[in-house]
Amino acid sequence: MALLQIAEPGRAAAPHQHRLAVGIDLGTTHSLVATLRSGVPIVLADAEGRTLLPSVVHFAEGGEVIVGHAARALAIRDCRNTIASAKRLIGRAPADIAPGTVPYDLCAIGPSAVGVATRAGVKSPVEIASEVLRVLAQRAEAALGGPLVGAVITVPAYFDDAQRQATKDAAQRAGLNVLRLLNEPTAAAVAYGLDTANEGVYAVYDLGGGTFDVSILRLARGVFEVLATNGDPMLGGDDFDALVVRWFCRQEPRFEWREQDSAALNAAARNAKEALSNDDSVTMRCERSDGASQMVRLTREVFENETQALVERTIAPLRRALRDAGLKAAEIDGTVLVGGATRMPQVRRVVTAFFGCAPHTDIDPDQAVALGAAIQADQLAGNRSASDAGLLLLDVCPLSLGLETMGGLAEKIISRNTTLPTARAQEFTTFKDGQTAMSIHVVQGERELVSECRSLARFTLRGIPPMVAGAARVRVTFQIDADGLLSVSASEQTTGVHTQVEVRPSHGLGHDTVTEMLRSAIDGAEADASARMLREAEIDARSLLDAVDGALLADAALLVPREQFGILCAMQGVADLLEQCGAGEGGNPAERKSLGADLRRATEALNSATADFAGRRMNSRLREALSGRHIDQFAPQGQP
Amino acid sequence: MSVSVTPKAARQIRKALDQRGCGYGLRVAVKTSGCSGYAYALEFAEAPSPDDLSFESEGVQLLVDARSLPMVDGTQLDWVREGLNEGFKFNNPNATASCGCGESFAL
Repeated sequence: MALLQIAEPGRAAAPHQHRLAVGIDLGTTHSLVATLRSGVPIVLADAEGRTLLPSVVHFAEGGEVIVGHAARALAIRDCRNTIASAKRLIGRAPADIAPGTVPYDLCAIGPSAVGVATRAGVKSPVEIASEVLRVLAQRAEAALGGPLVGAVITVPAYFDDAQRQATKDAAQRAGLNVLRLLNEPTAAAVAYGLDTANEGVYAVYDLGGGTFDVSILRLARGVFEVLATNGDPMLGGDDFDALVVRWFCRQEPRFEWREQDSAALNAAARNAKEALSNDDSVTMRCERSDGASQMVRLTREVFENETQALVERTIAPLRRALRDAGLKAAEIDGTVLVGGATRMPQVRRVVTAFFGCAPHTDIDPDQAVALGAAIQADQLAGNRSASDAGLLLLDVCPLSLGLETMGGLAEKIISRNTTLPTARAQEFTTFKDGQTAMSIHVVQGERELVSECRSLARFTLRGIPPMVAGAARVRVTFQIDADGLLSVSASEQTTGVHTQVEVRPSHGLGHDTVTEMLRSAIDGAEADASARMLREAEIDARSLLDAVDGALLADAALLVPREQFGILCAMQGVADLLEQCGAGEGGNPAERKSLGADLRRATEALNSATADFAGRRMNSRLREALSGRHIDQFAPQGQP
Repeated sequence: MSVSVTPKAARQIRKALDQRGCGYGLRVAVKTSGCSGYAYALEFAEAPSPDDLSFESEGVQLLVDARSLPMVDGTQLDWVREGLNEGFKFNNPNATASCGCGESFAL
């Protein structure tokens, strides 16, 4: 205990500041905020002692925005103005959203975002999510008694760049400084302290209110790598409630339930489900709006029979995730249960049976993600010295990132599975004499051809001084921050001309798309290689043709008789083959291969036909440079 | 509800007030900051303010504002020497944990 001295009024020294940082689990159905107190992560409750905040936003008639429990209560009465699952829409393009995903009036805001038409106008999912985040931020500031330094916000592991960026935007709108976005399964693993274990492969089984996610994580030397994710976006605890409601209504067919009773029915079903996690049977009672009520006894056995099909639906995603990760169930070192629905004993039995070992369950499954985020937030805010728990989590980039080079080839700059954050740079040059601008096209994917990859952004570097082809040095830098967001910059080294772009991809990639892109890269490897070879041959041929053209114009005087004819013939040969390349774009790999070989031979022939001519040009340039100077001027320095 | 001081602490407080030349007593306050949530502050007090509670212990006037009082109720302030350091030490029965550096505490 430090010893205190008496200070003048108002001058008492503040102790070393605890930088207030929180972890936020922004969930589809519920959101939570957690922080570290005295080294222990705790979830912060609202004034009524409730920790879960329903991720529901209601736009009331007076322009008021209601968030949380009160908004959820209004969902039945005014469903169009009450948005309950903005997370399903955030960062998604209109084309991504399957009809029936959400019960709202959706409209497109541009090609890459959707909005929900409410009485308060069209609201983007970013705005809606920021309302939820703002409430959590206020709760945290009230509980902690000061402004927040920052927050770690969790996102599903399969969220793409656009969804992550949108989540970050939502946090910024809510006035939060985002220290980092963290993958939900990674956060859960951190809450369980798996990051302090040395190495291992872990499965995170996350059955939330409305979504089911399974992630396979590998931890090696402080790096969490998401090996595979899978899931069912339309399966969660709410589906169990719905089945209980149906069962309940079947018990007394003569007792009629109306639309307006559904909230009461759902609440009764949820209470019964929660009670059955601890008790063998429960009396389920529900009151109708006219005061009449129905009471039925529900045993755990009946409940489990009714909902067996739902639990079994989680098995297929588990299998797919393992297959994608290339692992067997027995190779998993541990499993973690996340999401309130994993409290159900039958869920635990299924997970235990599938992996052959009991899952970790000591942390409240509703809170695990938020608690893990809080631990990470505390570290990032700088409250812990690097020595005591200096492990900072790292994620990896799921798909290679690169740019388009001449001929539509993709040049990878950051390859897949590179740990984040990272920065890589590569130098490129101009293709034509006197080229003053360079168009930079950022692509994502594993394929060799740009047309097969996903386009992320395009920008242009202008103001390159006119130089001969190949003389300019353009350095392109790719940087991915710890949230997985990319920024690309390009600068011409001799002049310092610089331009840069923050990549906000025009179109998101779902985890299925990532898998699909990877698969097509493997399937298309041979075709890609032959196409690449042909393209490269084409590029070389074109650039040689241009060079010879220029040389003939500039130095026709240096040609010896008959030589010009040979050169022109060789040029014609190359040009003919180039024309064939243009026409035979869709040819099979074998045709492309032979065409590429022909083109290489023709280019070679042109090269040798111009060899003497090129030599004479070189000599003449040298003579120009040397003439009129005395031999002494070329003497090595430092010698008399 | 009360806070108190040990005779040794009282001697030091009187000495400090004498050196300063003026002052009504000692203010004991709790601030919400520090790495464990709360931190103590000791200040000279010129005069009690309306929401202060005043305690007399060992002939010294101690002022605690109403907000801080529940967190320091029952605390005894001591004067200790630890190695080369001398200073006031809080013996607070409400504190459940204090951070490693001891500047702050939790309830």
